Amino acid sequence: MMFAKIMNVTRSKGDPKVVRTGPSSITASDRIARNLGWFSLALGALEILSPRRITHALGMEGEEWLVRAYGFREIAAGVLSLSTDKKIGLWSRVAGDGLDMATLVGGLHYDNPKKDNVAVALLIVGGITLLDMATAEEVTARHARQTGRRRMYYERSGFPNGSTASKGVAVRNTAVPQLRG
Amino acid sequence: MKALVWHGKEDIRCDTVTDPEIEDARDAIIKVTSCAICGSDLHLFHNFIPAMLPGDIMGHEMMGEVVEVGRGVNGKLKKGDRIVVPFTIICGECDQCKRRNFSVCERTNRNKKIADKVFGHTTAGLFGYTHLTGGYPGGQAEYLRVPFADTTHIKVPDGLSDEQVLFLGDILPTGWQAVVQCDIEPTDTVAIWGCGPVGQMAIRSAVLLGANQIIAIDRLPERLSMAEAGGATTINFETESVLQRLNDLTDGRGPEKCIDCIGTESHVSLGQPDTILDRAKQLVLMENDRPHVLREMIYVCRPGGVLSIPGVYGGLADKIPMGQLMNKGLSVRTGQTHVNRWTDELLDHIQEGHIDPSFVITHTAPLEQGPEMYRVFRDKQDSCVKVVLKT
Repeated sequence: MMFAKIMNVTRSKGDPKVVRTGPSSITASDRIARNLGWFSLALGALEILSPRRITHALGMEGEEWLVRAYGFREIAAGVLSLSTDKKIGLWSRVAGDGLDMATLVGGLHYDNPKKDNVAVALLIVGGITLLDMATAEEVTARHARQTGRRRMYYERSGFPNGSTASKGVAVRNTAVPQLRG
Repeated sequence: MKALVWHGKEDIRCDTVTDPEIEDARDAIIKVTSCAICGSDLHLFHNFIPAMLPGDIMGHEMMGEVVEVGRGVNGKLKKGDRIVVPFTIICGECDQCKRRNFSVCERTNRNKKIADKVFGHTTAGLFGYTHLTGGYPGGQAEYLRVPFADTTHIKVPDGLSDEQVLFLGDILPTGWQAVVQCDIEPTDTVAIWGCGPVGQMAIRSAVLLGANQIIAIDRLPERLSMAEAGGATTINFETESVLQRLNDLTDGRGPEKCIDCIGTESHVSLGQPDTILDRAKQLVLMENDRPHVLREMIYVCRPGGVLSIPGVYGGLADKIPMGQLMNKGLSVRTGQTHVNRWTDELLDHIQEGHIDPSFVITHTAPLEQGPEMYRVFRDKQDSCVKVVLKT
C-alpha cells in the first residue's frame, strides 16, 4: 500500500490513484511461504559467509564445508520459495530440514561440550520443520489444479451455424500487409 | 471507484482508487460493463514483464458505455455509445497507423523515450500493461479513461451482448491475426500450441480461414475438449509424443503452419528437460523467457513453413536453434495485435453467426472477486479457461 501511494506521483493528472487498498490475491500461506523464503536466504548467506561461527557454536568444528554446502542449498530453496514455484521451494525446505536434523543428531554425543546448544538447535529446526510442512501442504492444496469441478467442453464449438457452415467462410486473399505497403 | 491493482508479484488487490478524469481533448471516459482476465495478465501477475509499478491498474480486455467525451473527439463518440476498447491505443494519424500497423503506433506510448531505448523504436501505448508501453491504467475497473478515444474504440451495434463482442478488443483478433499471418492455403495443416483463450480463437480462425487440418497441443483435458469442439485434432503432450503424432497426422511432412499461443511461460516438466534449464536460468535472472514451444515449432515445422507467434515474450530467450530455422527456410511472423485492422471483418462474422466468441467464457464473477479469480485462472482450477468480470 505504501509503495502504491508513493508511486501515485508517477501518474498523470487524469489517472486513477490508489486511495485505499482491498483484498489481495495473496493468501496467508503464500505470505508465510514468502517469509520462509527470505529466512532461507538470510540463513543461507550466514552459512556461506560465516560457517565457522555456526560450527563453533555447535561444537562441530571441522564441518565448515558441510555448513557452507547447506548454505547454498538454503539459498536455492529460498529463491524457489520466493518464486511462482514456491511449492517446490517449500518441499525442498522440508527435505533440507531433514538433512539439518540428521546432521545435528550427529553432534549430540557426550564428548561434545556444546551438546546443549545442539539440542536447542534441534528443537528450533524441529519447530521450523513443522511450519515448513504445514505451509508446503497448504500451498500445495491451495494451488492444486484438481480443486473444483472438472468439466469438459465438447459442446462449445463457437460456431452458432455449425462448423461446416463456418469452414472457409473467410477464405480470401490473405496477403500479409507489409510495412512498406 | 473499485479497480484491480497490481502491488507486486502475485499480489493483485481490489482497491479503492480515484475516478479517472479527462486530461486531453481526445480522451473519453467509459463506465466499464465487462472486462476479462487475459493470459498475458498472468505474465504481469508473475512479474515476468518488466517495468510494472505498485498501484498500476490491470486489464486490457474491456468494454463499456461512454459517459464523458473530450471536445477533441469530434462527434466520433457520444455519451451512451457502447464500445469495446482495443488493448492497443492508436492515434490514427502517424505513419504506422496509416499503414494499419496499429500495434506499433508511433505516438500513443507516453513513455516513448524509454521504449525507444529498450525496443530500439517505440511501440503503441497499451492499457493495463508495463510502463514500457505507456503505463496506462487498465480496464479491470469501474471506469476507464480512453486516450485517443476518437480512434481507439470499436462501436458495438445494437443487438449484440457484451459476451459476444468483448473479445474483439484482444483475444479474437489476436487469434485471427496469428492465423492470417500464416497465409493459410486450403491444403495446409496448422498446428497450434496452447489451448488457452488465444489458442481457442486461433483454432476457430483457422476454421474460418479454411485450413485443411488443425492440430491443437496442450495438456489440460478441459482445454483439449474445447479445442476438439472447435474442430481440432488434439495432442496431449503429457501423454503423447508431439513429434510422433504430428508426423503421423501429416504423413511425415510436418505441419506447414505453426502457431505459438503460449509465449514466455512454457509449462515446466521433466518430460521437456529444456524447460527445467530455462526455469533455472530464469530464477537466477540469466534468461527472461522459456521458449520451449518456439524451439519445438522450429523442429517440427515443414521446411518452407511459417511460424506465427502471438504468444507474449518479455525479453531475452536462449538456445533458439537458428541453424534449423535458417536451413529449413522458415518464416517467422509475430507482434502485438493490430486490433482495429481486423475488427470490422470480425464483427461481420459475429453478426452473421459465423462465430460466437462467448463460447470460451467459463467463469463470470463480479469485479470485487477479481483477486480470487486471478488465482483460479492461474492455477487452472475448476476447469477455468476464461474469466469475465462484471462491474
